Amino acid sequence: MGKTVAEKIFDAHFVDNPFGDIHVIRLDAVFCHEITTPVAINDLVSRGKDRVFDPSRIKAVIDHVTPAKDSKTALQGKIIRDWARRNQIKDFFDIGRNGVCHAIFPEKGFVRPGYTIIMGDSHTCTHGAFGAFAAGVGTTDLEVGILKGVCAFQYPKTIRIDITGRLQPGVYAKDVILSIIGRLGVNGATNKVIEFAGPVVADMSMEARMTLCNMAIEAGGTCGICYPDRHTVEYLWPFVKDEYASKEEALADFQKFIPDADAVYDAEMTIDVSDLSPQVTYGFKPDTVKPVSEMSGAPVDQVYIGSCTNGRIEDLRVAAEVLKDKKINESLRGVVSPATPAIFQQALDEGIIKIFMDAGFCVTNPTCGACLGMSNGVLAEGEVCASTTNRNFFGRMGKGGMVHLMSPATAAATAVAGHIVNSSLFKG
Amino acid sequence: MKNFNGQVLFLDRADINTDEIIPARYLTEITKEALKPFLLEDLKFEGFDPQRDITGKQVIVTRSNFGCGSSREHAPWALEVNDINLVIGESFARIFRQNMFNCGMMAVELPPADIERLFSEFSGKPAMIETDLANNRFIVRADGKETVFDFSISGYDRALVEAGGWVDFADAKY
Ligand code: SF4
Repeated sequence: MGKTVAEKIFDAHFVDNPFGDIHVIRLDAVFCHEITTPVAINDLVSRGKDRVFDPSRIKAVIDHVTPAKDSKTALQGKIIRDWARRNQIKDFFDIGRNGVCHAIFPEKGFVRPGYTIIMGDSHTCTHGAFGAFAAGVGTTDLEVGILKGVCAFQYPKTIRIDITGRLQPGVYAKDVILSIIGRLGVNGATNKVIEFAGPVVADMSMEARMTLCNMAIEAGGTCGICYPDRHTVEYLWPFVKDEYASKEEALADFQKFIPDADAVYDAEMTIDVSDLSPQVTYGFKPDTVKPVSEMSGAPVDQVYIGSCTNGRIEDLRVAAEVLKDKKINESLRGVVSPATPAIFQQALDEGIIKIFMDAGFCVTNPTCGACLGMSNGVLAEGEVCASTTNRNFFGRMGKGGMVHLMSPATAAATAVAGHIVNSSLFKG
Repeated sequence: MKNFNGQVLFLDRADINTDEIIPARYLTEITKEALKPFLLEDLKFEGFDPQRDITGKQVIVTRSNFGCGSSREHAPWALEVNDINLVIGESFARIFRQNMFNCGMMAVELPPADIERLFSEFSGKPAMIETDLANNRFIVRADGKETVFDFSISGYDRALVEAGGWVDFADAKY
């Protein structure tokens, strides 16, 4: 019987099968940020086990609130910083070099096809874009991961989604994943991996694949996975060129982690996206989705462009294309947060930051900030934000605030119009 | 082992997310105790008032997909410091469910018909649940009557509950 990607990865990392379908697997990387790691660190210290299983396999960043906004967030930063120093964790990204975890870790080449990765963050599923098994976990799993380099999971079941057809101009990975979540529901992939396959995914850049996989968790999915291919090799080549004689050799190695033709899936579906129009959420769950055209005119107080979903250079480029030579509407304010310093620098070099500033956007440093309502653009009670982030829970971006999730193109067009509207890039 | 008995808090809504269980603005806390006053602060639905309804409860009964959203273990911790160690629901989000057992707490699934019955027969009344872990059953006491609900729990989940959580279990084994 053939295997899915996740099954191949699990079998290659098998440590133990202590009960039933529970598999303990060896971890290739453990990612850490300053919100969920400090409690694990304090617990390890109090147990007299202030150690890490392998400092080179632990990557840490301060990203959720940075620079610190108050004494409490400063202390969280200090705990993770001191711990990284004590334990010789070289890849620790402190203020000035830091960016949103799920953007900066791939950018540094820390994710490879076939890897197993955990992090105390639900959107860790993003890294499946590289053909890795990457899952969000809680602080206790993280703590054991840090100490022992293992984690326990149910042996994975997989849903395969073939995305076919051709995306219209002005329609993006974000619109695809919103429509998929709308179909699956917030519970539709719980405890399952989602393989995103088909020609549309094969055409997508690594950035777009990360957007796709990022929101697998919004359907309950453990991880989203795309198959390693030439795009994957190109993206990773600067980091792996010493390990392989040629790109072909790298590709052949990476493609150990594509599914067998006779792999057995929990469910399979095919979605033709040829007629898909830009999508937006309207309620307080990410599966309440409809076409932007049906929400046209809905009022907005703030537009936010950023996050691990859509704060990458491609996203900023698209938004800038919409914003060029335009001003945002006086009725709202715009905030843009490039997800990493490298993205920020690239956006500066390409003149994108100037377009945002000329339009009237506030440009912030790379951080999660407003995405989870902690800093840099928190909403007031009753306010509405048009946002490129991934969660629209009630109060997510500030107590009593509402969020509409959408693509960067739609968000930029909304900023100019002063209300929700399709971008001019979409001709439908 | 933790206490899995007590008065029931009925939360009659599906998809209660971890932002509702403990909002992100409290994630700057680095101790579990500090989360205590904020449990379910952002959960809004008709007939529920966190200030009034949480005190004195040790068990939650809810619908499907409880704990979806963020991976924050602050959600089980906020329950734990309020002496709530048991959540019974139709289904749970993966990370939340694992976090509960990793902390030596329990998130137990019952079939939809049993959940419906718990709500229709006991919601709105003072109801007590006693957990008989040895025999895989809950005993619900209300109106002077006893009703028994059987549940199943995997060997792994049981081992975590008995070990007091995953850190001790894994540390002894790996
Ligand atoms: S950008 Fe938002 S969703 Fe992404 S890791 Fe940060 S807080 Fe989480």
